[in-house]
Amino acid sequence: MKFLKRLLVAVVIGLVLYALNLAMSKEGLFGIGVPLYQVDLWKLAGINVILAVSLNLINGFTGQFSIGHVGFMAVGAYSSTFMTVYYTQGLEQSLAGAVGAGVAAAIVFLLVIIVGAIAAAIAGLIVGIPTLRLRGDYLAIATLGFAEIIRIVIVNTNRIGAATGFRGAVDPWPGRVTIPAYTNFLWIGIFDVVTIVIIYNIVNSDTGRALISIREDELAAQAMGVNTTRYKVTAFVISAALAGVAGALYGHWRLPHPADFTFVRSFEIIIMIVLGGMGSITGAVLGALVITFLPELLRQLPGEVYNYRLVIYAALLILIMITRPQGMLGGREIGFNWLKRAQRRPEGDTAVGADKGVPIAERDAPTADHAKEVENR
Amino acid sequence: MRRTLIALGLIAALLMATGCARRGGNCPDPGGAIKVGVYGDLSGQTSSFGQSTKNGVQMAADEINAAGGINGRQIQLVIEDDQGEPGKAATVVQKLVNQDQVRALLGEVASSNSIAAAPAAQEAKVPMISPSSTNPKVTQVGDYIFRVCFIDPFQGEVMAKFAANTLKAKRAAILFDSNSDYSKGLIQFFKQGFTKLGGEIVAEQAYAQRDRDFTGQLTQIRSANPDVIYVPGYYQEVGVIAKQTKQLGIKAPLLGGDGWDSPQLWDLGGDALNGDYISNHYSVDDPTPVIQDFVKRYKAKFNGTAPDAIAALAYDAMMVLADSIKRAGGTDCQKLRDAIAQTTNFKGITGVISINSDRNAVKPAVVLELENHKFVYKETIQPDTGGGTTSPSPEGSASPAASASPAASAQPSASSSPTANTSGGNANAGATNANQ
Repeated sequence: MKFLKRLLVAVVIGLVLYALNLAMSKEGLFGIGVPLYQVDLWKLAGINVILAVSLNLINGFTGQFSIGHVGFMAVGAYSSTFMTVYYTQGLEQSLAGAVGAGVAAAIVFLLVIIVGAIAAAIAGLIVGIPTLRLRGDYLAIATLGFAEIIRIVIVNTNRIGAATGFRGAVDPWPGRVTIPAYTNFLWIGIFDVVTIVIIYNIVNSDTGRALISIREDELAAQAMGVNTTRYKVTAFVISAALAGVAGALYGHWRLPHPADFTFVRSFEIIIMIVLGGMGSITGAVLGALVITFLPELLRQLPGEVYNYRLVIYAALLILIMITRPQGMLGGREIGFNWLKRAQRRPEGDTAVGADKGVPIAERDAPTADHAKEVENR
Repeated sequence: MRRTLIALGLIAALLMATGCARRGGNCPDPGGAIKVGVYGDLSGQTSSFGQSTKNGVQMAADEINAAGGINGRQIQLVIEDDQGEPGKAATVVQKLVNQDQVRALLGEVASSNSIAAAPAAQEAKVPMISPSSTNPKVTQVGDYIFRVCFIDPFQGEVMAKFAANTLKAKRAAILFDSNSDYSKGLIQFFKQGFTKLGGEIVAEQAYAQRDRDFTGQLTQIRSANPDVIYVPGYYQEVGVIAKQTKQLGIKAPLLGGDGWDSPQLWDLGGDALNGDYISNHYSVDDPTPVIQDFVKRYKAKFNGTAPDAIAALAYDAMMVLADSIKRAGGTDCQKLRDAIAQTTNFKGITGVISINSDRNAVKPAVVLELENHKFVYKETIQPDTGGGTTSPSPEGSASPAASASPAASAQPSASSSPTANTSGGNANAGATNANQ
């Protein structure tokens, strides 16, 4: 029964995504379609959702401050497009003979997305093992450094287009002339759902409990027998792999260019989760949507005001953070009834005040008041 | 779960509500004012490029409108900021093409942004003219993408001609930036041109971006005893190289490209740069009357700011577009594209512009001498159309006559500007004639 219900949900979500994808395609759904400019923004929003939700696993749930998320996205984008351009043309052609061109393209795309995810996961492992022994500022600096290293390697590698961006096969090497634009809204939507389900399940498993315990108090978690480094590396690798997926989707939509993978983008992702609420999956989704659409909405401002739209944008962000320092949703979730079922009140809960009896995942992130309260205790 | 479904349903409804207006079939000319989209970096790291582009286009459009428009139709500019990021440039062009429904696009300066944005223009069949992206890859995106500046390899040829014919150099040394496609492209064509004119490359050394000590390479170069040293890098390194060259007692002048063009060059190199030469798009000091008139009008409009090469190229891009719309008799996308492609001997501020079959501009470059913290106009070098090489400047670049040209127009000319970005080695410098 439970299985049937889930199957039903999956089918409905699939159908909705399929319909949305049609509406966003050039032809439209029953002749009605979304304007292409808005299609672009929805695609970008979808990719940002993957990035924000996956980063939230490290920054929000595990409490580690990584500011190099874009590095993993770049690894995913470049490794997957590299495979597409140089190694998959023959495979796609031979598959096309057997199952048709559309399905062949889908199979190839799925394969290169997996390549992108694996490459990013390996990068995450390599970075994670030494750096996750560090804490706080040190981890932030190490991840930032990693992202910059990736970017500079890309800028200096001719085979992937170096500083001009990767559009297709570079001269002496044979391959596809342009990267095929496989990515459509259906792919992005499916991976949005997959990302949310994966992160949700992790957070609500014993692994998730261990991660949250690390966030709340690393020493205490260690004393309770949680292998903190192992859990942190696990979270880091999963998060990196999902960023790699986002990169692969991005790379097959717009050409990957090193200037799009600078630390500025990393901060944009961090702003999404801080704005939405650290440690909230739906908060991250909401943050991603706001950060994608707000600056574009401000483009519609008339005349002279247009020139100040980035100032207005920054001011709006400051305003939100002043009024809701814990983020728009705090640590709460919205809209998912089935999320709550698993969030039973933790046993041996010693919280006092407003947090008493509230499941950990639903609590607001610790505020300054809270810290004071703990000190006074 | 029910709420999830409601949420999904709401999103779907929202999408449908914003939907409806499907693009397609807006290739025919809708009549009325002609909307032209301009996009550039107005708030990012290279925002001076974007501002100059905006000013140049604005000035051209205002002049056209003041003179009654094109066939009585006014030009309406839609200007968007891409913050200098390739991804944003692509989004912004989607907006201009699909929401604002512009009939043509002008932009960008940095080649990487033009390359990122061009596919959207190509797909929607909206002609795009890049005023100042010099990388050969830009116009390879598709047959709706054009440019009105020369491409990187051409600069290499220009300097080879200048060194061999004007400076009478026989022995040249090369010092290049091994990390930059731009630098590599320029030396390739310099070598070809210089050896063809009877010169000899006596030394070739490389450096990496952000190097600060070049004495090793320069000592090697000194022992080869060259007449000139070609250093087509960016100003950050070039300034230091110039200093160290003089410290080592090397008398040979340095030659460079538009990558040198930045006020910061003087902070780094100072007086050590005196007597060096660079190739560039135009010079404010060019005495040709058309250029001086343009400089005067520009200064009057923008509070005394002198137009840099980016502004002059943007002005030319708008004028070439206006001329093409006139010849096409409207903005039907196919006809307009063909008209731009057929542009021949258009007299622009930055030289006589012809569009070749690769949709690149065939036009002259200027050589500037560095003198006491200024770029001084030296001469204009024509593209190779058969045999013509240098033409000592003032009389400008008279090319065979032809073709209509609108309101303001001019000839080759003068000043400063960087043109961002690197280039692939792809050939086709001057040698092509206007056709298509």
